[in-house]
Amino acid sequence: MKLIYLIIITVLLAVCSLFVGVENVSFSELWKMDEEAWNIVMISRLPRMLSIIMAGISLSICGLIMQQLTQNKFVSPTTAGTMDWARLGILVSLLFFTDASPIWKMCIAAAFALFGTLLFMGILQRLKQKDTIFIPLVGIMLGNVVSSIATFFALKFDLVQNMSSWLQGDFSLIMEGRYELLYISIPLLIIAFLFANMFTVAGMGEDFATNLGLPYKYVVNVGLIVVAIITAVVILTVGMIPFLGLIVPNIVSIYRGDNLKNSIWHTGVLGAVFLLVCDIAGRLIIYPYEISVGLMVGVIGTGIFLYMLLRRNAYA
Amino acid sequence: MIVAEKLSKYFGSKKVIQDVSIEVKRGAITSFIGPNGAGKSTLLSMVSRLLKQDDGIVYLDGKDVHKQKSKDLAKTIAILRQSNVVQMKLTVRELVSFGRFPYSSGRLTAEDEQKVSEAITYVNLEEMENKYLNELSGGQKQRAFIAMVLAQDTDYILLDEPLNNLDMKHAVQMMKLLRKLVEDFGKTILLVIHDINFASVYSDRIVAMKDGKIVAEGPTEDIIQSDVLKSIYDLDIDVHNISCNRICVYF
Repeated sequence: MKLIYLIIITVLLAVCSLFVGVENVSFSELWKMDEEAWNIVMISRLPRMLSIIMAGISLSICGLIMQQLTQNKFVSPTTAGTMDWARLGILVSLLFFTDASPIWKMCIAAAFALFGTLLFMGILQRLKQKDTIFIPLVGIMLGNVVSSIATFFALKFDLVQNMSSWLQGDFSLIMEGRYELLYISIPLLIIAFLFANMFTVAGMGEDFATNLGLPYKYVVNVGLIVVAIITAVVILTVGMIPFLGLIVPNIVSIYRGDNLKNSIWHTGVLGAVFLLVCDIAGRLIIYPYEISVGLMVGVIGTGIFLYMLLRRNAYA
Repeated sequence: MIVAEKLSKYFGSKKVIQDVSIEVKRGAITSFIGPNGAGKSTLLSMVSRLLKQDDGIVYLDGKDVHKQKSKDLAKTIAILRQSNVVQMKLTVRELVSFGRFPYSSGRLTAEDEQKVSEAITYVNLEEMENKYLNELSGGQKQRAFIAMVLAQDTDYILLDEPLNNLDMKHAVQMMKLLRKLVEDFGKTILLVIHDINFASVYSDRIVAMKDGKIVAEGPTEDIIQSDVLKSIYDLDIDVHNISCNRICVYF
């Protein structure tokens, strides 16, 4: 598949996304400069569409980076516990830094996410058994432990309602003024693009990378910081979107290989396409109500993930 | 020239290398032989800065390896370790291109592309260059890795058991290729090798290790002697001269 086709599909879906919703907005109304129609688009639809695209691109690239650095196809922000740690960070910021601005909340969540991911990487290095399936299982268990701690404290301090909005990814609450934090992911994605070659070499292992004169630890740390901040930003604005960072890079790997130079663009754009489809479908299935995107991705993603697990010997 | 002075390495409380001092001559093949666990691979890892020694210094052309920039070193010394399990889906050409990383950080120039092509031709993988590594046989994969090391274009090449996974024909080709690198380009090659006959026929010098120490060292014909080999391997080994080669019989 050519990149240009993927981009065309993204644009088409993005336009669709603008015109799907309870309030009917039509092309002719916009053409006639109908004020109400324009308001709906500018305040609600456009922010929603932009945040879907940014979240889709950045989460799938996060997954790609993590898979590369851990040399494991089944590691992603979901299966390494990064998302659960970010959520715990948000809880902590709600409890102890009530008045903190969104930027500070993001920083705290990112710090937790980074710590959790480093912990996972540390465990990974000490593990004797490098089985492909075993490693993400460890991450999922770790994530669940962290997640139950978060839920426990949320219950104790009556924050469950608040927490659950971060539990399930949802774009229905996105509107002007509530998604701009996502723009932070753009410079981070640029860093990811610039480091793409180095991530590929680092993915060959520490000895291999050192032999080629690559500062291995530095490159790995840059990758993990990018992943942690992006994950925190997405969870704060949109919520948890499971599996996206897992399946999209794997699909791209099948037809583009694992050289990041070749696959990073495809991964990003396909991530946006995937999330747009899930979101539009979620909005249409029980119209005029909505199925949250977290659930949609979860359902579709589980299916694809299972399929990948079952035929992993064929390509992984 | 590579000079190691009093190198020691501990893994936990176990001393895997004890006070090893050695000089490796330029423009020659030096083979490291010895039983399993003698510390040969560990020694090579320390010489190539992949592993930090607990004691002693390694000098590469008169400079301490741990005090040089890793990126500069990558243009002087290349090492290929034993296990090269590739999880990633990469083509042969992509792998070989990694060898140019110290020069161009992944953005290959025309000269880099040229060197990559040469390296691939050198190991006879031209027809496979766009195949994914996981589609290759063990021997082809091994040759692809060697090509990457060639593309790295370093004066010193360290190979840890390069004949692993190779059948007889390709093992012989590999050794002839290494020989050619020494003769044509004056490269300095260090090998860890288990087959003493390959070591005997193709190397200029042999270093024998046992229990973390060097037990014998010198020109090949001095080491490939029944009594010396007996002290290394604890095995009765007959050495015969067959068409100018010293061949060991130990079956």
